[in-house]
Amino acid sequence: MEHTIFIMALPLLSFLILALAGMKLSHKVAGWIGTLSLATVTVLSYSTAILYFGAGRGADGLFPTLTPYNFTWLPLTESLQIDMGIMLDPISVMMLIVISTVSLMVHIYSFGYMKGEKGFQRYYAFLSLFTFSMLGLVVATNIFQMYIFWELVGVSSYLLIGFYYTKKAAIAASKKAFIVTRFADLFFLVGILFYGYYAGTFSFTPEANILFSAGIVIPVALGLMFIGGAGKSAMFPLHIWLPDAMEGPTPVSALIHAATMVVAGVYLVARMFPIFIDFAPEVLHIIAYIGAFTALYAAVVACVQTDIKRVLAFSTISQIAFMMVALGVCTSDDPHTGGLGYMASMFHLFTHAMFKGLLFLGAGAIIHAVHSNDISFMGGLRKYMPVTHITFLVACLAIAGIPPFSGFFSKDEILTACYNYSLMMGVFMSFVAALTAFYMFRLYYLIFWRRGYYETQPAMFKKGEIEEKPHTPHEASLTMTVPLIILAAISCVAGFIPFGKFISSNGEAYTIHLSIAVAVSSILLATVAIVIATTMYMKDQNKVALILKARSKKFLTAAYHRFYMDELWLFVTKKIIFRGISRPIAWFDKKIIDGFMDILATTTQLFSRQIKRFQSGNIQSYCIWFLLGVMMLALTLIFLI
Amino acid sequence: MNYIQFLQMRPEISLLAIFVATFIYDLAARGKWRHYFHPIVCLLIMIHTAVCLGESYSECELFGSMYYTNPMIGIVKTILSGGTLLLVMQANKWLRSANTTHKQGEFYTLLLSTLFGMYIMISARHFLLFFIGLELASLPLACLVAFDKYRHHSAEAGVKYILSSMFSSAVMIYGISFLYGTTGTLYFADMVANINGSPLQIFALVLFFAGMGFKISLVPFHLWTADTYQGAPTVVSSYLSVISKGAAAFTLMVILMKVFAPMMKHWQIITYILTVASITVANLFAIRQSDLKRFMAFSSISQAGYIMLAVIGGTKDGMSALVFYVLVYIFANLAVFGVIETLEHHTRSSVSRDDCNGLYKTNPRLTLLMTLALFSLAGIPPFAGFFSKFFVFMSAFKAGFWVLVFIALINTVVSLYYYLLIVKAMYITPNDEPIEHFNSSKYSRVSLVICLAGILLLGICSFIFEEIDRLSFGM
Repeated sequence: MEHTIFIMALPLLSFLILALAGMKLSHKVAGWIGTLSLATVTVLSYSTAILYFGAGRGADGLFPTLTPYNFTWLPLTESLQIDMGIMLDPISVMMLIVISTVSLMVHIYSFGYMKGEKGFQRYYAFLSLFTFSMLGLVVATNIFQMYIFWELVGVSSYLLIGFYYTKKAAIAASKKAFIVTRFADLFFLVGILFYGYYAGTFSFTPEANILFSAGIVIPVALGLMFIGGAGKSAMFPLHIWLPDAMEGPTPVSALIHAATMVVAGVYLVARMFPIFIDFAPEVLHIIAYIGAFTALYAAVVACVQTDIKRVLAFSTISQIAFMMVALGVCTSDDPHTGGLGYMASMFHLFTHAMFKGLLFLGAGAIIHAVHSNDISFMGGLRKYMPVTHITFLVACLAIAGIPPFSGFFSKDEILTACYNYSLMMGVFMSFVAALTAFYMFRLYYLIFWRRGYYETQPAMFKKGEIEEKPHTPHEASLTMTVPLIILAAISCVAGFIPFGKFISSNGEAYTIHLSIAVAVSSILLATVAIVIATTMYMKDQNKVALILKARSKKFLTAAYHRFYMDELWLFVTKKIIFRGISRPIAWFDKKIIDGFMDILATTTQLFSRQIKRFQSGNIQSYCIWFLLGVMMLALTLIFLI
Repeated sequence: MNYIQFLQMRPEISLLAIFVATFIYDLAARGKWRHYFHPIVCLLIMIHTAVCLGESYSECELFGSMYYTNPMIGIVKTILSGGTLLLVMQANKWLRSANTTHKQGEFYTLLLSTLFGMYIMISARHFLLFFIGLELASLPLACLVAFDKYRHHSAEAGVKYILSSMFSSAVMIYGISFLYGTTGTLYFADMVANINGSPLQIFALVLFFAGMGFKISLVPFHLWTADTYQGAPTVVSSYLSVISKGAAAFTLMVILMKVFAPMMKHWQIITYILTVASITVANLFAIRQSDLKRFMAFSSISQAGYIMLAVIGGTKDGMSALVFYVLVYIFANLAVFGVIETLEHHTRSSVSRDDCNGLYKTNPRLTLLMTLALFSLAGIPPFAGFFSKFFVFMSAFKAGFWVLVFIALINTVVSLYYYLLIVKAMYITPNDEPIEHFNSSKYSRVSLVICLAGILLLGICSFIFEEIDRLSFGM
């Protein structure tokens, strides 16, 4: 497994090359460097997975945890130390597959999408940096290394969201994303420090008896860590950055804000799962409730958004919340009795990465064709963009949970886990799943069906109502459609992977069996939701839709404004924190502290001027000072001490 | 007699060999061979450094126990010769200029003989040998300081240096004579038994300390420093500030630990006072300097104060901190002096802070290097200087001198101010006519890149410090 070091080294190398020499390279060469290194990483990741899972289970029936590399970077005390290394276990190997696959698709796709953009090389450099950081995060051997890469991921996300740095909205979005996640990471760091102090180690496998003696501190530490995870994974109420992050280039949204970085929080909880389940099951259940609420909230908001990427962003929030719920409803680490959620969560993470990446890349192709994010400029696109249409439909079916597409299998496991936990949770999540199907098909019909913009515009032009001749959208280039097709293919078959064979909560092999009641009911619900969406949105100006719109105008407006969560945050920060706390502190800082420092500086300067004459340039006086110094020292030592 | 033991003198033997080789080459080489003088000397010093580095040393005594070596001493010698190599590489352009080229042989031989003196000084376990080493390390330096003898400043600096040096040697040997008088021996090992802290011995300690304080340039024995650094050729200033200072500091620490162990309380007080005085006074002076070399002189005095923080505990930790500090300091300071050297050579005059205004626009890479080196000197993480300061503070803190550490910490803030003044001048202060773009010689570029690597990597690659820490020894 020694070759895993190249998985880390290649993206870093390509980042360094592109960052340092990027300006001297042509777009094509820069793109090739990034893509080739990522292709190699993908090959290596797949071979790692094949070797790892192919080697089979050990004598204890578990896949071994391998650490091909681990060196001590900073020893703090005898036992507490910060290591850097690579750790392979089932979930990190799975993440390697997810990251490298989606990242490679995005690299290829960007050739077409970013063609001719200013800063093309910079874009690929940042992509490489992000991939490096994300890979480092998943293979971390300890929580501190994870934290370091976690922050690196945050930085590269910041850089990529703000890629169009001349656009005001992009800058604001990148700042918002960075500040909100950093705010959450503060708790993460405090949690890590608590954990390190009381568990005496940063490793993921502390000694159980030390943890027992630490008592309440460990649940608190884990809770704090979860807040960090909630920031990255956009759990309510820290989700506010993710919709805005859509200001970045669309392939970036696919890679970072759909498939990989945003699931880091889920990965974190999964990583700490053994400790959660043994020492803080109640924290886990709180996570479940937060997740459930987030799932519903985001799904409702997604129903009324008019920006294609925002719909997908809220859908992402909702789907990640599904994964969190699945982890949260675990009651033991045995997949047969209450530990099913762990496997379900990881499974959904895997399938979601593929179909959500596909949705975003499809959205990118559409935006590329119509030059707008707004749904009202779309409609009827199925004629113009057949490949995008079909692949998008596949993704929609997958996320809606229609068999045999991958989303069905993973979501079904999540729902089963929820029903095992409590009936209420199960019903609730089933409802959210139906809602998912509804808003996804709303989006689908609004984009690809109905008499849309491109049929009404030419007619209006002919009549002379508008002056400019509208252009006709066209299918994207091959570099963009090939990744779509690949991801669609994966989304079709990924559900049949016997996922439980590889990953389960206690590591033992687990055979997935569909629970008929849950499966049938969820298929029924999804179908009903799709039918409703079809009647409402397939044709223009459906009566039901109009009546609903008129009846519940207030609710819809509130939902459109995301229930004013952003405004609430702004109120808290601007009105309360800035005005109530920051301003007095600023005054104190300016007047008292700075004033004190000014006095210090003035005195220092004054002294400096006073002692100038020691340095007269006169060698005789030098010798006298020398002698005086000797005498003073000797006298002090002999007589005063 | 076991001659194989003499192999432990590997550094001295190889240094002597390259010294002789340089000397003969200087006499024999004619015509185009003179042209290759500089690269050949660089190569020789490189070989010498490699020989020093070689396999590790074992503990051994030679010449009737007057000479002593162990792994740590071997490392210090290696560091010193490595620093000398970097320095000679930076000297390339200066040595080839019209006024110097015909006498570059003298430069090498004088330089190598001072290095030899330092080796002897470090390894001495007998005051006579120690004194010979010290003088060998001082006298040729006076010639080097006055090397640009046609420049008024250089000659003046040379005179100031030789006079102060003589004065301090006299003071020191006066102290040593008291020691001999009260203990009846010059061997370190025998002497320690008879050290009892009588007033006469206290006086001797102070005199000895003052002599070493002169070499390290501690306040109030530092007054020669600014004038000499300013006047001397830049390469020589830089040699004085890093190599000579590092060797003297290490020797002082060893002698305090080995000879004056029973008087630990006394020398700790002296160190305390001199440290506070050096750091504070030098900082106050440095604020007001605009000539870069003079500024670096005061900066080096304050750095010497930080080095003394490592000495004060007399512990194993202190020694590792000291050696690591010197190592990092060599890289950072040589980088700054290297930049000053190239600037000076380009403008053909001394460089002041105002000359640096707007340098970033024309020479971005040089500016970046200078900035990083200054950051390292100021102790900003993640550069090596931060770690070396951290270890030094840590060793003093562990020895219980936390007030001293606090004073030193406050002083780092002041030092940050004046280091940043230069950075500000280079990046922010506008200038209509900054020094135009130029290329420095290949040798100095290589040397500067090595310095940069040192600044960036030494702190992060923890094994270097761990290796030093493994070999260091305490009282």
